[in-house]
Parts: sequence; C-alpha cells; structure tokens
Amino acid sequence: MNHAATTTALLDLKGVRKTFRTPERAERTVLEGVDFRLEEGEIVALLGKSGSGKSTLLRIMAGLIPANGGDVRYRGKTMTGPARGISMVFQSFALFPWLTVQENVELGLEAAGVGLVEREERANEAIELIGLGGYESAYPKELSGGMRQRVGFARALVMRPDVLLLDEPFSALDVLTSETLREDLLDLWDESKIPTKGILLVSHNIEEAVSMADRVLVFSSDPGRVRAEIRVGLPRPRDTESAAFRQIVDEVYTLMTAHVRGAVAGAAEQLTLGYRLPDTTPGKLAGLLETIAEPPFSGRADLPQLAEETELEDDTLFHLFEGLRVLGLARIAAGDIFLTQAGQLFVEAEDAERKEMFAEALIKNIPLAAHIRRVLDERKDHRAPENRFLQELEDYLTDNEAERVLETAITWGRYAEIFDYDYNSGVLMLPEEVVEEMEAEEEKAAEE
Amino acid sequence: MRFSLPPVAVAPSLKPNFWDLALIPVIFALLALLAYGGAQMSIPYDVGEPLPMSLDPSNLPYYLLRSALRMGAALVASLFFTLTYATLAAKVPALEKVLIPILDILQSIPILGFLSITVTGFIALFPGNLLGVECAAIFAIFTSQAWNMAFSLYSSLKTVPNDLIEASNIFHLSPWQRFWRLELPWGVPGLVWNMMMSVSGGWFFVVASEAITVSGQNISLPGIGSYIALAIADKNLGAIGWAVLAVLGGIIFYDQLIFRPLVAWADKFKVDSLPGEQVPDSWLLTLMQRARFFRFMTQLPTMLWDIFTGLLRRQDDDKLFHRAPGPLINFPPWADRVWDVVLIVAALVALVEVSLFINGEVELHEVGMVLLYGVATTIRVSVLIALASVIWVPIGVWIGQRPLVAQNVQWIAQFLAAFPANLMFPVAVILIVHFDLNVDVWTSPLMILGTQWYILFNVIAGASAIPQDMKDAAGNMKLKGWLKWKRFYMPAIFPSYVTGAITASGGSWNASIVAEMVSWGDTKLEAHGLGAYIAHATADGDFPRIALGIAVMCLFVMAFNRFLWRRLYMLAADRLRLD
Repeated sequence: MNHAATTTALLDLKGVRKTFRTPERAERTVLEGVDFRLEEGEIVALLGKSGSGKSTLLRIMAGLIPANGGDVRYRGKTMTGPARGISMVFQSFALFPWLTVQENVELGLEAAGVGLVEREERANEAIELIGLGGYESAYPKELSGGMRQRVGFARALVMRPDVLLLDEPFSALDVLTSETLREDLLDLWDESKIPTKGILLVSHNIEEAVSMADRVLVFSSDPGRVRAEIRVGLPRPRDTESAAFRQIVDEVYTLMTAHVRGAVAGAAEQLTLGYRLPDTTPGKLAGLLETIAEPPFSGRADLPQLAEETELEDDTLFHLFEGLRVLGLARIAAGDIFLTQAGQLFVEAEDAERKEMFAEALIKNIPLAAHIRRVLDERKDHRAPENRFLQELEDYLTDNEAERVLETAITWGRYAEIFDYDYNSGVLMLPEEVVEEMEAEEEKAAEE
Repeated sequence: MRFSLPPVAVAPSLKPNFWDLALIPVIFALLALLAYGGAQMSIPYDVGEPLPMSLDPSNLPYYLLRSALRMGAALVASLFFTLTYATLAAKVPALEKVLIPILDILQSIPILGFLSITVTGFIALFPGNLLGVECAAIFAIFTSQAWNMAFSLYSSLKTVPNDLIEASNIFHLSPWQRFWRLELPWGVPGLVWNMMMSVSGGWFFVVASEAITVSGQNISLPGIGSYIALAIADKNLGAIGWAVLAVLGGIIFYDQLIFRPLVAWADKFKVDSLPGEQVPDSWLLTLMQRARFFRFMTQLPTMLWDIFTGLLRRQDDDKLFHRAPGPLINFPPWADRVWDVVLIVAALVALVEVSLFINGEVELHEVGMVLLYGVATTIRVSVLIALASVIWVPIGVWIGQRPLVAQNVQWIAQFLAAFPANLMFPVAVILIVHFDLNVDVWTSPLMILGTQWYILFNVIAGASAIPQDMKDAAGNMKLKGWLKWKRFYMPAIFPSYVTGAITASGGSWNASIVAEMVSWGDTKLEAHGLGAYIAHATADGDFPRIALGIAVMCLFVMAFNRFLWRRLYMLAADRLRLD
C-alpha cells in the first residue's frame, strides 16, 4: 500500500506547540516543536507513555483543540476546526447509550444532512462491513466491549473518512478481542475495502504498534515531541513470533527506555521538585526487582521478554522501569534492564532493611520526598498541610497531575516510613516513632 | 434520540391488536377529561363572586380532576422553565454567574409566602376570567417544583462526559443538534427523578394554594384543597376522610399513568445500569409498546420530533472545516468586568430598596423579634429532624436488610412523602385543645409530619444497597450492638441519610408556615415562630412584613444549608461512598 509521497500529505504538522494555562499560573508546555506528516496510503503509530501529550496531539489533528503555535494542515489547508474527512475512534468508545447501534452509526450522516434512505443504506453497509450485522437494533449497553468498539469503528467508517484517527481504541479490550478487531481492521485496509487513505494510531502498546504500522513514532514527554522514527518494512499480516518482528520490537523498547538527558547509563541526573514520579507502588517495584533477580533473568532481563513474563502492560512496565531507574535500583541499557548493586542488596534484604534502603534512596534521589521531609523536620509540630506542597507542584504540573504526583510521593514515603499522612485532615506529618525519637534526643541534649 | 415511547418497527402492520383494545379507551378517556377540565379553568369570573363548593363526596372526582390538572400544568411550566433556565446557565458563563445563585436563593424561599404577592398580578393579567386565579395557584405549585428540576438539568449539562462531546464534534453535530441528541438525553434520568420528587412535594402545595386570600377576599378554586379548607371551617371530619381518599387516588393516578412509564422509559438513558439493579417496568409503557395502533399513532410525532431536533444543521457544509467548538457566546474580558460591576450595583440597589420598603412599616425592634422567631423555628426544625432520625434510621436499616419487606415499605414511604400532611392538621388541633397542650411544643411535630418519610425511604435505599460481601465481613468479624452501628451501619447509610435529611429539613422549613398556625372551625392555634409570623402577615395582606419574614427565613435556611448540610454532603461524597 505504500505510494510515493508525490502530492501534499494528508496531515502535515510543523513546529506544533501546545501549552495549557491554569488561571494565575505559569504556562505548562505539553507539546513543543512537533513535526509530523501522514502520507497517503500509510498507517502511522504514535507511541508514548501516558501523559506524554500524544492524545493532545491527536486532538489537534482532529481539529478538536487548536494548537498554540506552528502549522497544522489537512490536505494543504490550515486546520481551523473539525474537518470533514477526518473521523475518530475513541478509547472509551464514546457511544450514545440511548441510541441503538443503527442510530449511533447514522448520527454523523444525519448531522451532515444525508437523506433518510441513503442514510439507512450507508449505515447498513458499514454495519455489515465491520461485522455487526444482526445487532442493528441493540443498545450499546447490551453489547460486549469488543462489539461496542465495532460500533465505534462503524460510526467512523460510515463517514467515508480520508483519515482515521484511532485513540488507543484497543486498550480497553481484552487481549483476544483486541487482536481480532485489529486483524479485521487491517483486512479492510489491506484489501482497500474502505476509502480511508491514512490511519493514525495512538497507542502505548509496543507490539500492537509494530504489528499494525508502516512507521512507528516514539514520543517523549515533558514537553511532548517526536523523538525517533522506525520504519516497519514487514508485509502484513505480520508474524509476531518472527525474528525480524522481534528485532523491531526490541529496537522500540530500547528507544522507549533510553533517556535523552542521561544517555550514559548511571550518569547522575538532577531531578527537579516537579519531577513526575512514575505512577507505581513500592510493592510493585520490589516485585519487579525480585523477578529480575530470579531465573531465567538472574539480574539482567531483555525488556520484551520481561514484558511477556510479567504479563504487565507496556505502560505499567515503563512506570516501573522509571521508578527503579530514578531510585538507582536498576539500570537500563541496550534494551535490557539489570540490577545495580543497590538493587541486588535490596532483593537480598529483609523487610525492615528494605524499608530503610528505600527511605535512603528516596531522600537521596527524589527532590520532592526530600523536600517534604525537610519541611516536616523543621516545623515545630512536625506537621504540614498537603495543600502547601500541592501549590508548589502546581508551578510545574497541571492540577490533576500535581495531585497524582503528591499521592504517589505519599505512598512511597509511607512505605519508607519517612513521613505519614492523615486522609481526613489532609495533613502530612512525621511518623509517631520518629517524633518520639526526636523528642527523646532533644531531652538528652537538654540534660547535657 | 426519540421521545416517542415505542421504537418504530421497520414495517409495522397497522391492524389493531389485542393491546389496542385495552389502550384505546384509556387514551380517549384521558383526552376527554383533559378537555373538560381545561374548559372549566377559563370560565368568566370576577373577584368577589363566590365559586360554588360543596362537601358532597360525589363532587370529589371533579375536584380531583381540577387539582390534578393544576399539578400537570405546573409540571409542564416547570419543564419549560428548566429547559431554558438551566440551559442558559450552563451555556453562557456571564449568565451562570447570576442564575445559579438566584436559583440557590429561590430554593430556600418559603413558597407559601409567594402566593399573596403574585396573585394580584395574575388576576390583572386575565381580567374577568378565572384563568388569573388559576394561574396564581399553578404558579404556587410551579414554585414548589421548578427549582430542583432546573438544578438537576444544570448539573447534568455540566457533567456531560467529555468523550461524548468530542464525538459529537467529530461527527459535526451543530450546537442545536448536540443539545437534543446528547445533552438533554444525558440529563433525562436525573430530570425524571426530580420531576417525580417535585410532584410528590407538589400535593402539599396543591392543598395549600387553592384557597387564596386577595385584598380581603377569599377565593376558593374548585379543587381538593378548597374542599379541605371548607371541611376544616365546617368541622366536618367525615369530609376530611373523603378528601384523604381522593388525594390517595390522585397520587396513584400520577404514579401509575405518568411516572411509572416515565421512569421505565428513562432507564434507557442511563449509561450503565448496575448489575442486580431492578430494571423499572410499567404496565402502561409495556401496553403502549405492544399496541400496534398506538405505534402507528406515534409515528408522526416521532418523525416531527426527528425533524425538529435535526433542524439547524451546521451552515458551513461546503467548507472543509467547521468552526471549532466553543462557548455559545464569547464576551471580551473587559465586558466580564463591567458585568461584575453591574451585578454588584444591582444587588446594592435591591438591598437598599428592600430595606426602605420594610423600614417604612416595621420598627427595628420588630426585626429583632423576627430574628428571634427564626431561632425558635430553627430549634423546632433541628430537634424534629434529630427525633425523626433517631426513630427512622434504625427502622430503615432493619427494613433495608430485608429485601422483600423493603420493596413494599419503600412504596408506602414514597406514598406517605407525597401525601399532603396538612390534611392531618385538624386532628392535631382537636388533640391539642382536648388535652390542653402547649401550643409552642405540640404544633411542632406537624412540620415534620410529611417530610420525615424522606429520611425513611432514603435510609431504606441506602441499607438495601450495602453490598453482600460487606455484610458477610461484618458478620464474620462478629460485629454486634453499638460497635456494629458505629463502624458498619452508620457509615454505610450516611450518604443516603444526608440526602434524605436535606430534603426533609427543606420541606420542614416550608411546612412551618402552615404548621405553626393551624385551625379547626373557629379554633385557631398559633405558635411563636417565623412560620406563624409569615402566615399571619399573609392573612393580613401586609406586604412589608411578608417580605421581612421571607427574607429572614431565606437567611436562616441558607445558613443552615451552608454550614450544616453542605458540609455533611461533601463529607459523605468524599469519605463514605461505598464504591
């Protein structure tokens, strides 16, 4: 299906910038200098961790939100709003629950003023095409997740779109269902049964991206930009077990985990207070460390293999990798993850020791944790409201993200017993034992 | 979306079937009644002319029809009000700033105080016709129904899921189409539930609003309320009994013919029903969906509805892009500032005006008295809500644990909440006089007579919703006695209890106006309180005092809501949800 890009690209983005402004606060840059082209006849996958801004980019291409800077063109014309010819499939399906399958599929045609008879004809066609025949009069809530997403596809395809934007459409489905749906879509595409000329898939599943796309773009976060591009030259349908396929998957894993700043593994990297703590828990981190330490990996694991072994989603894994890396418990290089000396010691230690080691790593490596502890140490009553820290974080992050980061910091800090938190009052404090210890020491000092 | 009830089949055979036989007479009877009652509402009339009323029970069906029609008219008016008011508030930020606080205040204004102020205006609107008085009564009922409906739709409109909005933009729905196809349907379940609550509260006001005093003249509109007023004046206990039966009929009529079908139909607008949740059903809706003739009858309205909601397509069809979605009207930032200033000035002017109006008539020490009355009524409401809670929470929990009992009791409690408690007031008067009781204490329970049921049925609902695994865990840990209450039942039902108590408390404030001043024949009992003060001023047509009374009650209710209920509600929403 690869045509030479002689004419204008379907979508052409140059130097796209997107910032969000919260009232009375500094701008936060979500996208910076994004260049992107979607040519006729290709499927492109956009891979990135959650929160990297790839969904925002997709919405800019859909005309749902405007970019703050740069140039966004659809078929050579500057984008000013949702375009005719661009359809979208949503992660959450976004079906109208009070409309039947048929009515859902017809909705876009109706809005476009297509007559009753033609509407019904085209809807029936799309419903048959996507394998929903017989379910026309069903309501979405009567259908399984896979069938619901088929309605989502039928609703998009009935508009006969040039460009199909897919916003993680398979990630809410189970493995088996998503594979079937993916294959069905690829069949329609490869056999040119749909008039669609280009597909953009946003995903955080590496294997999914490599199995579908002609090009895979790796997206980096803070601010989001296209960091690397990999061409997948394999013919479809692709054999996911083949060496060539695995090779590409490995390559993408390496790219996804490579760090732009600390390119040299282990090089000390200065994090800021606003560093976005990976969304994971100490329990999971310890679990992954143990898995890496044990056979078959024995201290060093190939990333795709580890993904298979742990049966974790790519997104979850990347958060774990990031966590281990910033805490200095593991290192990643050339698509492999291996334990550092500290990591090895951690695995061998007992529970109480582990907590101490974790606390030490936390204070040393995570500025936010160190900052919270310092404030609590300095305060007379060793207590501080969470809002104080939230406000500091909001200088760097959006409100929601600031809350999530603080929540993560609290979870980690509680495990390490470097501070405690009272949910009802929203107050952070030193653990009781620590306060007692400090008081005892003070008394001693006073006696002397 | 279709508002027609049955889904229209592709090629329905239009021959009447068995279901039609049952349905057609029902429909025609309803239409005939509607026409007859409507005609009676607009007969020529001059103030001062007595309207014939009789205590003969054979007249009751007619009176019931008239009252039910008023209720229906008020409901339709509330619906129109809701659609415009809530939509404007949700769509235009500049208006939202004014409309929502106004709604908040309107909600806490004692409705019964309104009546005497508005009736004069309505009579002037339709000189020489009964319609003016009818409108005043309908308006009173309307004010008891509209606010919570508007709030419900407003909050629905504000919480439409973002992905559905994005989908409607991607598929090029115009703002008009988006309203009818997405936003309104999204709000339907909440709106229907609130309509049901409104009508349930409305019966109380039907009874209270039909006997109106205007400039010294008593006007009694034919209806259940006037019948009761006459029975009280005549000390006719038998007639009161008949009236109770008639109201019962009215409540069942509304429940079976209107709300059952509506609730069953609204179920399809819910995004996901919880597993194990009972799907509401209605014999009438089932009948309508099966009757062929009826399906045929609804084809035309369905088509018209589709055309209506499909109107106003995007006008930029020929362009490659359509305008990016945004707020309905965009004002420049400076306009926002100007608007703020205008609002503040208007508020100050209004404050001065009202103070002058009241001050011309009322001495400062009387204002102090009224505040004291407010305290007295506050104490009554608080004590009674506390008492009702102590009684009904344990009973509600007990019932909620037993699904079979709960189903039946739930219905009875909802019915009792709808039942206008003012029907029972004469009994209280007789008892208080007979036993020579303290009026200030013993009229108080009347305030909560009709509203306590909200606590009961919310607690039942909360207790029935406790997940089985939590009950098993509590049993497994052998929780017993007070510990079980403190750690298990009370936290588990707290959110539903708060919801019920808020409704009960609001209703009690309103009821204080009729409950603190009650009569039986020429025996009049009057307690010291804000309700009695307003009732008194209303009877005298003393507008400055009505205004003062209403303002003070408004103040108390809002303070009560802000400092107690809203906090409890937030606590419930944040900490104690079961999901």
